[in-house]
Amino acid sequence: MKNVELIIKELKEYDGPVIKIMEVCGTHTASIFKSGVRSLISGKIKLISGPGCPVCVTPAAYIDRCIEYALKENHVLVTFGDMMKVPGQNGSLSQAKGDGARVELMYSPMEIVEKAKQNPDIIYVIAGVGFETTVPAYALTIEEAARQGVQNIRLLTALKTVMPALRWICENEAGIDGYLCPGHVSVIIGSEIYRELADRYERPFAVAGFEPEHILAGIYDIVKQLEPKAKTEATVHNIYKNAVKAEGNKKAQEVIHRYFEPGSAMWRGLGMIPDSGLYLRSEYEAYDAGSKGLDQDIQLPESCRCGEVIIGRINPNECPMFGEACNPMNPYGPCMVSSEGACGIWYRNV
Amino acid sequence: MRINMSHGSGGKASAELMKDIFGKYFSNDILNKMEDAAVLELHGRIAFSTDSFVVTPVVFKGGDIGKLAVCGTVNDLLMMGSEPKYITAGFILEEGLELVLLEQIVASMAKAAAEAGVQIVAGDTKVVEGKGGLYINTSGIGTIPERRNISAGNCSAGDVVLLSGNLGDHHACILSARMEIENQIKSDSACLNTVVNSLLENKIKVKTMRDVTRGGLGTVLNEIAEASKCGIEIKEGALPVHPEVRGFCDILGLDPLYMANEGKMIAVVAPEDAEKALAFMKETEYGKDAAIIAEVISGKGVAMKTRLGGSRVVDVLYGEGLPRIC
Repeated sequence: MKNVELIIKELKEYDGPVIKIMEVCGTHTASIFKSGVRSLISGKIKLISGPGCPVCVTPAAYIDRCIEYALKENHVLVTFGDMMKVPGQNGSLSQAKGDGARVELMYSPMEIVEKAKQNPDIIYVIAGVGFETTVPAYALTIEEAARQGVQNIRLLTALKTVMPALRWICENEAGIDGYLCPGHVSVIIGSEIYRELADRYERPFAVAGFEPEHILAGIYDIVKQLEPKAKTEATVHNIYKNAVKAEGNKKAQEVIHRYFEPGSAMWRGLGMIPDSGLYLRSEYEAYDAGSKGLDQDIQLPESCRCGEVIIGRINPNECPMFGEACNPMNPYGPCMVSSEGACGIWYRNV
Repeated sequence: MRINMSHGSGGKASAELMKDIFGKYFSNDILNKMEDAAVLELHGRIAFSTDSFVVTPVVFKGGDIGKLAVCGTVNDLLMMGSEPKYITAGFILEEGLELVLLEQIVASMAKAAAEAGVQIVAGDTKVVEGKGGLYINTSGIGTIPERRNISAGNCSAGDVVLLSGNLGDHHACILSARMEIENQIKSDSACLNTVVNSLLENKIKVKTMRDVTRGGLGTVLNEIAEASKCGIEIKEGALPVHPEVRGFCDILGLDPLYMANEGKMIAVVAPEDAEKALAFMKETEYGKDAAIIAEVISGKGVAMKTRLGGSRVVDVLYGEGLPRIC
């Protein structure tokens, strides 16, 4: 790998045609933001934050169902912290807590098995949101609950897989020149899986880690692949080899497959994408809290242009609601909900 | 023994609670008169502050709600350059509170007050229905020596920002306890008298002081930048964070810049005094990890110079600082 100073120098001096690179993963977005990567590269290299934050793309119906459970007698909803702020039809979990909803933050879903054993009269509903990275933890939680005969645990899932969404973006948004693939997700699904998209859409894909140096190397790789003489060979480069294997983590894939099966899922801002969700298999449906069909989303105001921001068609400040009607304290679309969404970042930086 | 409604009735049970617990630990000439109000002799300008404490769990690694209640108000008084003198304590106790626990917390308040050199001169107790918790309000006053002028609006370009120690300890400690995560992280809860005095007694030209509590460093620096109509540039590598807290933050997606502390402060000093001020701070118990973390610049807002030479805006905290997963 090239020395990071040289990479920064070349990326800063880049003066070719405007390049749009989508970073698919929310953790990349956060790292880019925290380390000031944007300020280190030429203005002609535009970084687009893709739909890589599973929380931000969760539809309102799911949040509403979470709140319903949290308010139900003998039920406790357990969730990761950043779900608290996502708005449903009638407010967020944070607001519902003020109305007496029982919501507890979890550190790992596995800890709930022990909790459920200690409090057999309470039904613990785990809000399972995430991509491939977090799915094995939910699978193992169910495995453990089944093994120990713990019956007062339910999963309410809004689990999603990255590939169908990425395919959707490649299909619908020709303006993205290259993709920085998610690091954690790729640990599970591997790097080879992107080849099909790289070949079909003739776009470079780079799998990179989360340190700013890795991200810069990923951007550099994509920029190099896009140079006129190289363009026809655009392909997948794995520059996170110490963590990501070509075929991914077979064991994790197997665990996911054993407990979950694909089904269509709603992505806030993008819409319905076939086979992009993961749902508990029918053998384990006793553990499911009714995760299918939670597709209805809030009626985003007509002027909200989140869908276009997510795929990089417009900049956040081109949305008429940006900053005034829609801001981090009162978010509408997914890109403002999370501090890692494109609008949230833009709001803090511009 | 537990607290019940009769402890708040003003009758015999209240009197016993006063004698057995509060009177036992909070004894001084002013309080012992048991008048309707404390009568105090004070001269000159006075700093006056109040704060309420509602933390759960009420006892945590490195402190408890009582210590927090004393240190919180003492630190607010210190930050204005005042010498903290007297504080009051109002207790709202929930039915079912263990008396042993109350006594532990009251003893801890007395200890913190003695260490900070303040007297608890008035108090009140009420009992409400609940689940055995408690809440404490403290108010305090301190006297400001003549010609001392410390305010958030005093900074100008070139001034240097010092931080008294590691970020995020209290926040990480409380969150660990609430989420039942086992680790060694301790709250940094402390009264900062010695740190402040190390600067003021050594004639350091201190422009501004702030304790870095809720909202974290990011929010505090923004408040100062706005009040002083200037910008502040933080050096990323210079922010002190304990490795265990750093690891905790990485896992939960928290940013130490926005985490609460209960025994940390920043001081903005004239550039020529910066190195001296750092040395004085480092000699104190609660300032041993102090560092120079930022510079006041012209312009506005707070920015961070990152490790790789990039720059990013550091805004105030929006909403609640919650762990994220993605």
